[in-house]
Amino acid sequence: MGATAKLEVPCPVPPPELERVPLVANTRSLGWISDAVAGVAEGKTPKWWWPAFLISLVMMCLCFAMITYLMSTGVGVWGLGHPVMWGWAIVNFVWWIGIGHAGTLISAILFLLRQRWRTGVNRAAEAMTIFAVMCAGIFPVIHVGRIWLAWWLFPIPNANSIWPQFRSPLMWDVFAVSTYFTVSVLFWYMGLIPDLAVMRDRARTRLRKFGYGLFALGWTGSNRHWSHYEKAYLILAGLSTPLVLSVHSIVSLDFAVSQLPGWHTTIFPPYFVAGAIFSGFGMVLTLLIPIRKLCGLEDLITMRHVDLMCKVTLATGSIVGYAYAMEVFIAWYSGNPYERYAFWNRAFGPYWWSYWIMIACNVVIPQLFWFKKVRHHLVVVWIISILVNIGMWFERFVIVVTTLAREFLPANWGYYTPTWVDICTYLGTFGLFFTFFLLFLRFLPIIAIAEVKGVTPQADPHHPLGGAKKGGH
Amino acid sequence: MSDIFPKWTNKLPGYVILGGALLGTAVVAGTWYYFTPKYTRVGYQPLQPVSFSHHIHVEQLGMDCRYCHNGVESSYHSNIPSSTTCMNCHNQVLKDDPKLALVRESAAAGKPIPWVWIHKTPDYVYFNHAVHVNRGISCVECHGQINLMDEVQHAQPLSMTFCLDCHRHPEAFLRPPEQVYNLNWKPDDPTRQLAQGRRFLEEWKVERLEHCSACHR
Repeated sequence: MGATAKLEVPCPVPPPELERVPLVANTRSLGWISDAVAGVAEGKTPKWWWPAFLISLVMMCLCFAMITYLMSTGVGVWGLGHPVMWGWAIVNFVWWIGIGHAGTLISAILFLLRQRWRTGVNRAAEAMTIFAVMCAGIFPVIHVGRIWLAWWLFPIPNANSIWPQFRSPLMWDVFAVSTYFTVSVLFWYMGLIPDLAVMRDRARTRLRKFGYGLFALGWTGSNRHWSHYEKAYLILAGLSTPLVLSVHSIVSLDFAVSQLPGWHTTIFPPYFVAGAIFSGFGMVLTLLIPIRKLCGLEDLITMRHVDLMCKVTLATGSIVGYAYAMEVFIAWYSGNPYERYAFWNRAFGPYWWSYWIMIACNVVIPQLFWFKKVRHHLVVVWIISILVNIGMWFERFVIVVTTLAREFLPANWGYYTPTWVDICTYLGTFGLFFTFFLLFLRFLPIIAIAEVKGVTPQADPHHPLGGAKKGGH
Repeated sequence: MSDIFPKWTNKLPGYVILGGALLGTAVVAGTWYYFTPKYTRVGYQPLQPVSFSHHIHVEQLGMDCRYCHNGVESSYHSNIPSSTTCMNCHNQVLKDDPKLALVRESAAAGKPIPWVWIHKTPDYVYFNHAVHVNRGISCVECHGQINLMDEVQHAQPLSMTFCLDCHRHPEAFLRPPEQVYNLNWKPDDPTRQLAQGRRFLEEWKVERLEHCSACHR
């Protein structure tokens, strides 16, 4: 390349202020992209990696220790008790699974909508999805009490002659989440194959050659391979698209199908999906802002990417805010005293603090993203993205706990507080998540190399730098 | 690449799939056979402290089940007789037989004989004997032909499937009330059994209880 200095531009170019900001900054060459992305996994282990990994590992062990304690002692070690029989476990489940949604949205829906900026972030977001769904999956399994019977969740012929209750949304959840996980893993792995082949071809040691070679499935980058790959990728994108909407809709039905005030509302599915994408983008920002800096990938995950993700966060956050307002309005408009009380209780009852944390973090603070200055200030964006995650956790807390703590009969009212086991289990899932994520950072290409190359100016034959011109390929 | 993966590895995926399928089948079949109550429970025959023979008492002497298990018609629990019940006869019959030493000792001391419990239902199952025997379900359906056993053994799996088979199709098992304690009774022919069973079902208002709290309260 290097032909940037003086170019004869044959076609009219829009004035600079109207030009799109390129998706790969500093007109980096194709070779540079391969080096930069593969280098993260190939180079010497960076100094920050080991402490981060060890802390995550210790926390992951904490998670397993808590699960062992729970299994050996019983669910009584959690803060659950009449009337709040769903506590942090379900809150954490919904929270983690919601986070996963950004990955699928970026990889599937944005692919179908030809949003070319997705290429910079999709790989990491999909990895985040998979690890988040793993964390989420832990909770429903361990909350059943007799964990050794958790296989009853699946419709397997058994010596009891009974099937799971197919009319229960909890059953649909099993299918939704396991399908989601399977398709997400397939999609992620499919996308990885060409890049694994890159890693294989660059590998110096026999072990790395073997490892990457095994999973690259003999990819040679021939036209035939690419043609099959593109078709399969499109099909998987099509399959994943409904999942973005269905999984969290079904999670919301866990609540909406019941008849409790505050849960039994038709707005839940769209409201949950918006909230899931909102929290997912929050998590993507939380992860990628430090990573682009630490791994030196600022030219591939540019400010334009951050800006666009802030806009998605703003849009979905506003939908969530609208849903909150609509819930309250309908509670008033319905004239149903139980419904009205449920919402009055959320805002001014014993859990008022959780409600207002939720409103502040999910509705008020993301509105700052209307300002370009905020969207381009990385530290501020990072802090807001963390607040979004906190807010979304409290949203699930508000939904699960405030409703259950105030039953129809005042004699059954109660106050739920988590125990140290609840807290340590939740913290432990972060260990699980970050252990996997850090391993992913060190061993796999964290950006889709082949796809990013496709959105560089050089890849466009009509671009002055692209095609079979001087300096091109 | 060929230096990493020799040519024969091309066949490896096929072998892995085949091996996985075979292993999966073996695990499923093995679990099905060896880890279900049909295998794990049927045939359990512990040695009892006193070698009491149901065969002799029922078939040779013609005793009714309810002489010893006298609570079965009125209680959820079918009682194991206390040793004083044994002594009703054995204070005269075989009164010095060494095989009955433990029975005499137990009756004198008022301490129960430590029988080994064979037919266990889990603590989360509420099985009511009275309800079953009073509506035409014979002892034999769950306990097998106890009347022919010298040493009692677990004859039926007593799994949840076993319970549900009957709860879903009680007409195949209902018998005339006077034949409940006749463990040798057989219906004349299966079609008549079904017709008769359906009639009992209707007349006695027997319900096909399949909801969870019928047994798990």
